[in-house]
Amino acid sequence: MTDVRPHQDIATPAGDIAKPIKSELLHINMGPQHPSTHGVLRLFITTDGEMVTKVVPYLGYLHRCAEKIAEGNTYHQYIIYTDRMDYLAAMNCNWTYCLAVENTLRSLGVEVEIPEYAEYVRVIIGELNRIASHLIAFGTYGLDIGAMTPFFHALREREAILNIFEKVCGARLMYSYYDVGGVKWDIPDDAMDEIKLFIDLFPAKLDEYNELLTGNKIFVERTANVGVLDAATCIDYGCTGPVLRGSGVKHDLRKDDPYSIYDRFDFDIPVGTGTVGTVGDCWDRYHVRMLEMYESWRIIQQAVDRIPPRGEVMAKMPKNLKVPPGQGYYRAENPKGEMGFYIISDGGTVPFRCKTRSPAFHNLHIIEHVGKGQMISDLCATIGSLDLVLGEIDR
Amino acid sequence: MHETLSNLPLLSGLPAQVLVVLAMVSAGGIILGCIAVGGMFFIWSERKVAGYIQSRYGPMYVGGWHGVLQSLADGVKLLLKEDIWPEKADKPLWRMAPLLVFLGAFLSFVVLPFGPNFVGANLDIGLFYVMATSSLVVMGVISAGWGSNNKWALYGALRGAAQVISYEIPLGLALLPVVMSTGSLNLGTIIQAQAGWIHNWHLLNPLFFVSFWIYVISSLAEVNRVPFDLPETESELVSGYHTEYTGMKFAFFFLGEYADMFVVSAIGVTVFLGGWYSGIPALDVPALFPLIFILKSFFLVFVQIWLRWTLPRLRVDQLMYVCWKVFIPIALANLLLYGVIRTVLS
Repeated sequence: MTDVRPHQDIATPAGDIAKPIKSELLHINMGPQHPSTHGVLRLFITTDGEMVTKVVPYLGYLHRCAEKIAEGNTYHQYIIYTDRMDYLAAMNCNWTYCLAVENTLRSLGVEVEIPEYAEYVRVIIGELNRIASHLIAFGTYGLDIGAMTPFFHALREREAILNIFEKVCGARLMYSYYDVGGVKWDIPDDAMDEIKLFIDLFPAKLDEYNELLTGNKIFVERTANVGVLDAATCIDYGCTGPVLRGSGVKHDLRKDDPYSIYDRFDFDIPVGTGTVGTVGDCWDRYHVRMLEMYESWRIIQQAVDRIPPRGEVMAKMPKNLKVPPGQGYYRAENPKGEMGFYIISDGGTVPFRCKTRSPAFHNLHIIEHVGKGQMISDLCATIGSLDLVLGEIDR
Repeated sequence: MHETLSNLPLLSGLPAQVLVVLAMVSAGGIILGCIAVGGMFFIWSERKVAGYIQSRYGPMYVGGWHGVLQSLADGVKLLLKEDIWPEKADKPLWRMAPLLVFLGAFLSFVVLPFGPNFVGANLDIGLFYVMATSSLVVMGVISAGWGSNNKWALYGALRGAAQVISYEIPLGLALLPVVMSTGSLNLGTIIQAQAGWIHNWHLLNPLFFVSFWIYVISSLAEVNRVPFDLPETESELVSGYHTEYTGMKFAFFFLGEYADMFVVSAIGVTVFLGGWYSGIPALDVPALFPLIFILKSFFLVFVQIWLRWTLPRLRVDQLMYVCWKVFIPIALANLLLYGVIRTVLS
C-alpha cells in the first residue's frame, strides 16, 4: 500500500486552492480461489479504480513434482502422470509423451514401427479430445463473459465424447490410453458406432454454439479489441496454439512439422483475422478455437472413412523398455498449444531427466504484458481467452 | 383494517390504539409472507426455466412434483447454517445491509395495486414512493460492500452504487410521460386510465412504447440482473457485494433480489400494461383483478429470468455508456415530444 500518488483525473474547480485528492492504488489477490482464474492461478493485481495497472502471476499451487517423479518411474509408468498435466486433454498429453519416447528411441537407433491401424486410432481419439478441450474452453469463456447457458450446451457434447472414451479405455478423465508403440486397446465396435454418430451430429451443434455466443452483440462488445496481442509479442513470449494463431500466425505442428499421419488429411489452419475488431483480440482467439473444432471434425471424419481393417494396435516392444544413453526432444500440437518432452536417458529403464514444455505455461505469462491498462472485466475476458489449465502450468 | 379487527369477537374488547398496532403488524406479516412465498416461487421458477434453457431439469426431487419445495428446503438449510462474519467487518453496517436491501423491496409492496380495493396503502404519490423506497436497496449494497472489509465486495458496492444511481434517471424519465398523461402519481389512477379494451393500454401508445422499453431495460439494471449484474459479477468479483455473507443474511439478499424483480415488474404492469385490467372488458370482473395483475407481473419476471440465462454481461463503461448516452437522451427527447404533442393537441 505504499504507492500513493495524486490522482490525475479529478479536476478541481477553477480558483479552488484545495489540495488535489490523494488516492491509493489497490492491491488485490485474484485467486488462487477465484471463479475466473480457471483453477488455482493466483494473479496479484494492482488496480486504480476499475483499471488494472499491474498483473503478476504467481504459480505453484498445483505443483506435484511431475518432472522429478519421472526420474523414478519407468517410461511406461510415467504415462499416467502425463494425464494429470492437461487434464482436459489427457489423451493429447499421453500422445505427446509417447511420441517423445518413440522418437528418442528412433534417434538412438532403436526401431519402433507403430502399426498403421494404431496411428489412425491415435488420430481419431486425439482429435476427439481436442474437440472436448475446446468445448470446455468455449463453455468456460461464456461463463467468464457472464453467459451461463453455452457452458451446459458445450458440456452436453463433451459428455458424448467422454462416453466414447469410457468405452475405449474405461476412464472419463485420466485415460492413459496411449502407450509407447501404439495404443493400449482397440476401439470397441460400439464406441466406433458412437464416434460415427458424433460425426453426424456435431456440425449442427457447432452452429448452435455460434448462434448462442459468437455473434452475440454483447459478447462481441466485450471481446473485440480487448486483450490485443500482436504476432511479434506472442512469438517473443513463446505463445503457441490458438493464442498464437489468433494473432494471425499460421503455425500448427500438424501442418508445419507433421507427426503421426497428419500429412494424409485435408484440413485448414484457422487464424485470427480481426473480423470484428483487431487481429489478435480475445474474439479472434475464441473464434480460432471454434473453427478448430470444425477442422478436427473434418480430420476425424476422414480418419474414420479411411481407417484400415482391424489389426495390431501395439508395436513389438520389449516388456522392460530401456532407452539407450542419449537424449531427445519431441513436440506435438496439443489443444492448448505446442507441448514437448525432453528426455535424457542414461541407458536405464527410467529417464535421467524428463522436462516438459507445457503450452499454457508460456501462454499464461503474456498476461503480465497484456493485462496492464485493462479493466478488471477485460482482464477476466483475456484470461479466459488464453484457455489456461493449471495442471499443465504447474505440473 | 383495524375496524375489521375490532369486529372479530376475540378482539372486540381491546382499545383502538392496540388494534391499530395489531393491524399494522398483521398487515406487515401478510406482506412478509407474500414476499417470502413469492420469492421462493420465483427462485424455484428461475431454476426450472434455467434448467429448460440449458437442456437439463433443474430441481426434481424435493416436494414431489418437479421439486416445488426445493426453495423451502434451501430456506431451511440457510436458516440452519452457521452465521460467519469477517473478523474486521464494520459490524453495524455489515449487519444492517441485508435488512436495508430487503426493506427496499418490502416497503414497495405496500403500494402495489393488486386490485381497486386490494392495495396496502393507496398513496397519492405511489409511483414516487416506489422510486424512493427502491433506492434503499443501493444503500444496502454500499454498506454491505464497505462493511465486509473485502476488496472484491467493495468493488461490487462501488459498481452497484454507480449503476443503480445512474439507471434511476432513465427509469424515472421513462415513467414521466405516463404521469403527465394521467395527471396522477397514484398507481390506481394510472391503471384506471387504461380501462376498457386492450388499445387503451399505455404500451400501445407509440411514445409510451419507447418509454416501456427504456423502463424494462433500466429496471434490469435497477435490480442487478443480467446483462447488468455488475455488482455481483460472479466471474469477476467472486460474488460481489455479498461475498462475505452466509446463512440467513445471504438469504435476505437473495429474497430481496427476487422481491425487487417482482416490484419492478408490477410497476411496469401498472404503468404500461393495464394493471389489473385484462384488456377485454368482459373479463374485467373484480374477482379476477388480482389474478390478472399477478399473472402479468409473472410474465415480466419470466422475461427477466429468460434474459439472464441467455445474455452475457456488459462491462462497466459500456453499462454507463448505455445509460448516459443512449437512454437518458432518448427518454428526455421522448418526454419533450410528449409534452409538445400534448400541449398542441389540447
